[in-house]
Formats: sequence, structure tokens, C-alpha cells
Amino acid sequence: MTNKSDIEAAEVVAGNGLLHRRLFLATGATLLGGGLSLLTARPAGAAPLEVPPWMKAPGTHMSAYGQPSKYEADVQRVVGGTPNVVGSGVSFTPHHRLHGTITPNSLHFERHHSGVPDIDPKRHQLLIHGAVKRSLTFTVDALLRYPTVTRIQFLECAGNSGSNLAPQPPQAPCGVIHGLMSCSEWTGVPLAILMDEAGVDRSAGWVLAEGADAAAMSRSVPLAKLMDDAIIALYQNGERLRPENGYPLRLFLPGYEGNMSVKWLRRLKVVTAPTMTRDETSHYTDVLLNGKALMLTYPMEVKSIITSPSTGLALRQPGTYEITGLAWSGGGKIARVEVSADGGRSWGDAALAEPVLAKSFTRFRMAWRWSGEPAVLMSRAIDETGAVQPTRASFIAERGERMNYHNNAIQAWSVATGGEVSNVYA
Amino acid sequence: MSTHNLLGRLLCVGALALGMANAGAQQSPGLGVEVTATDLAPWDISIQPDGAGLPPGSGKAAAGAAIYAVKCVACHGAEGAGQPNDRLVGGQGTLTDFVQVRTIGSYWPYASTVFDYIRRAMPFQAPQSLTNDEVYALTAYLLERNGIIKARDEMNARTLARVRMPNRDGFILAYPQRTDR
Repeated sequence: MTNKSDIEAAEVVAGNGLLHRRLFLATGATLLGGGLSLLTARPAGAAPLEVPPWMKAPGTHMSAYGQPSKYEADVQRVVGGTPNVVGSGVSFTPHHRLHGTITPNSLHFERHHSGVPDIDPKRHQLLIHGAVKRSLTFTVDALLRYPTVTRIQFLECAGNSGSNLAPQPPQAPCGVIHGLMSCSEWTGVPLAILMDEAGVDRSAGWVLAEGADAAAMSRSVPLAKLMDDAIIALYQNGERLRPENGYPLRLFLPGYEGNMSVKWLRRLKVVTAPTMTRDETSHYTDVLLNGKALMLTYPMEVKSIITSPSTGLALRQPGTYEITGLAWSGGGKIARVEVSADGGRSWGDAALAEPVLAKSFTRFRMAWRWSGEPAVLMSRAIDETGAVQPTRASFIAERGERMNYHNNAIQAWSVATGGEVSNVYA
Repeated sequence: MSTHNLLGRLLCVGALALGMANAGAQQSPGLGVEVTATDLAPWDISIQPDGAGLPPGSGKAAAGAAIYAVKCVACHGAEGAGQPNDRLVGGQGTLTDFVQVRTIGSYWPYASTVFDYIRRAMPFQAPQSLTNDEVYALTAYLLERNGIIKARDEMNARTLARVRMPNRDGFILAYPQRTDR
């Protein structure tokens, strides 16, 4: 039998108990079986096994549309709102209660500017006009006949993680601090097909995209992006879009800030300059320390978050734990995720769950032997372009701490001696 | 192989070559329905920063104040002071403060956006219910309260397009590439 201290010495890759990612790979299965059991105190005193009542009578019938177990009924979006304004606000994906990379449709984050419209698909149309040879309208039924593509991609609100720029770190669950992001399998019609059918003037440069909600929410989109990888999304995770995510159709712009993927899309007007709508001037712009503001800040930059352990998920006893989280980048695929358990002094490479897809969530995992002493957990993502997730200090040195958008700074979770986890700025 | 089949195959090859030259057109089932400029006009509500799209009509601040007192004050406070929702007036000089007051006067770079947004989204409970004259009047009122135009100034398609906002040069374009560093 392998000596316990040999295994521990061989597998430690960074300070404060981070273990080699081989512990999560198939090639390390033997070691995983023997090694982890050596590293963890075995719970004592199991009671005699009994045959439970649900094995002694048949269960319930089939159901037409499934629901989560009643024991998971507290896994919910956290709904926030704007005072006195019905329908304006956000709801957060509870990432601290989820695993994998696909967000269930019922838990996909929401951001509405004037409520969720109740759109009859028979009366909805998409209009393409402006700098085109022929102005065209498409019914939903017509669009359902077009060629489609399917891709697994994230959607992140520009305001995600914005609360982490508050003077004091919010002691809220991971899903509330970072819950304005989700990841789905999106299926829809490539915009280039529709644009070519209308005879788009490719020199025009810009397209105004407008929703059919009560805010007629609108954004300008570079025509090059629409012709590249944009789709008219019709299906989300295999079923038609939910009303809160744009039913019957939405624009989907992979990797761009979520607000631009206009829901309930009704109109695309090809123009020669950005329209400078309210939501690309007074909002979704980033004021710098010198008072000037960045505008047209489109890609969501490389980022990662440890979802467990995180605020509210206390560790019960010293031993071996899986540190896990999500990494993503609007710039492409995740190349590497590093994890630190000593506040960024040393880092080890996390295991990335396959498949690693462009502009999509990548699940990362790292084994960690917690000694029971204080620890500060961090993750740092690097994408295929070489972009590295910034520290909080470097992010705020340029952008300040003034509740701006596009906060992709490294998140730190502190683990106290008693196992309590809290949000810290480090 | 019959001559007929050979001809068919040659035609297919020709169609493929054409399709590769224009992939989008080749794939499209072509179900878009042409619509005239007149018929699409009710949806064409966006205004460009140069004023393109501004409709006929006009209004002054005094008329706007009267509409504001009925349809806007409950959410935006007296004279645009804000509360419970967005403040619309004041805040000039605060953009370097920790807490900035971003209003039409202190932050918005284009006057066209004021007209565009009021017409498409306001009042919150009844969007697209205002006449163009009412939207011009409300726009004039908010610009006047922010000290950008005078009470006597009439806003219309010609004059609104010429309004220069105080923070017009306060923005750095990040797309396609930042040029300030």
C-alpha cells in the first residue's frame, strides 16, 4: 500500500493544500480511489441500513412537463427589482446551487427594462429594412423553416458582478454577486442568411436592433458581428425560448454583453452609424476615473468564478474538497484556469471539463485538502488569445470602484478556521 | 446513363458553384415578404444622432412642463430631480466623483436620444402614447431645465438635430478598438 505522506507530497501543486488535477482525470482513477480516502477522515458510526418506504409501494405517474424534486424547491432565481417600476429589474441564476455548464431554462438570469411581453407568435414579425435592396418581414412560422445552427454559448449581463465594486464586499451568495450570467444551447437562424436575402449594403456598417417589449429596448450592433456569428435564436436547450428570454425570437450575439442580444426582436434597421440609443449612452457605458466614459464596450472579457466553496457554503470539517467553478471568455475558448488557496501567492492548474467550447462556460475542478486553517480561494482564467483575468487591484486601478459594467476581476472567497466562507476583496 | 440524367447532374454542379459564390442566398428558402416604406413607417421610430428619423411636429419647454407635471413627475420627481426613478436634471461636474449624478444634462451625449427614448418607452405605464408634438415639448422642457436651451427655443426636426450636449466629447469609443491608449 502506498504511504500516505508520499501521496500527499507527490500531489500538492500549490500552497495551502491544492492537489494535482490528475486526481480528477481518468488516468488517476486508481490514485483517486486510494489517495483521497487516505486524505480524508472516514465518518464514523453508520446506522444499520433500512429499506425505505418508497421501495415498498409504486411511485407516482408520468408527468407531461417535469418539475424538480420537491426537496430542491429552494433552488430558485433571486429576484430583484426597481422600486415602483413593475417589470424592470433582474433575477439571478443561483450558481452556488448548480453544477455542470448548462443553465436550466427556468433558472436562466433575467434583465427586463419594461416587463415580459405576452407575445402571440401569430402576430409577431421580424422586419429588416434600412440600407437593404428590399425591406422584408418574416413571420415566426417562416423563420422556423430556415436553416439553423446550434451552439452552446454563455450570455452575461454587462452589469454582472457589479456589486463587487461596492465599498464593502457584499456577503451574498455567489449566484447573487455573479448570477447575471447563464449558459445554454441556442438554436437559431444565422443572421447572414436573412441579411443576404434582404440584399444588405455591406458598407453600411451598423444595425439598430429593437425589441417588441414596452421599452422597445434597442441597441446598435456592428454589421460585421451580425454577418459573422449572430443568430435569430428560436430554441433554448431544445425547447422554444421562454417568454422571459425573448419568446418567440431573440437576437443572440455570442460573447457580447447580454443587453445587446435583444429579446423579443422585431426590427433590424441597417444604418451607417450607431443610433446612440438610451441603452448605449446613458447606460452600458463605463465611466473612467478621469470622468470620460467608454462606450460600445462589446465583448465580455475573460473571467472565472469559484462557485463552490462560496459564501454561505460552509465547510463542515477539515479534509478533502473539490473546488469547482465556471470560466468563460467573449474572446474564445478558455485555455487554462489556475486556482489559489493562499490568496494568490501560489497557483495550480485546475482540470477543465470537456468539451471546452468558444464563448461558452467551461467547468473547472481542483482537489483541495483543507487543513482547517484560514484560506483565501481564488481562480484566474486565461483564454486562447492569451488574455488573463485581472486582479481586483489592477481592474480598479483603471476603472475605479464606481459600480461600472464589465467587472471581470478575480473573485476571492475567504475560508475561516470554523469553515465559514465569506466574500473578501484580496 | 441517359442524356437526361447527365444534363441534370451538370445543372446540379452549376447550381452548387453559384451557391458557393453566395452561400446565404443559396441556403435561404426566401420566405421574407417585401414591405413598402409607407407600410413599415409605424415601426420605424429610431432617431439617429444627426437627427435622421425625426418626425414633423414641434414643442417648447412651457408645454413640456405641463405634460411633465401630469405624466412624468410621479417617477422622476419635481423638475426632473429624480426619485423614485432616474434623475433627469443636474449633476454637471460630478463625473469624476465617486458617486456620479448621470443625467441628460451631465452625461447624455446626444439630444436625439432624449426624443427617441421618450417616444419609444415613456410614460412607463403607456409607452408610444404621446404625440410627436408632446415628445418635442417634453424634450424641450428637459433640455431647458438642464440649461442646454432657452425657454423660448422651439424643438423640431431641424433645431433638435443642432443641439450640442454638454458631455458630447465625454466618451471614448471602444469599438472597433480603443484609441486612447
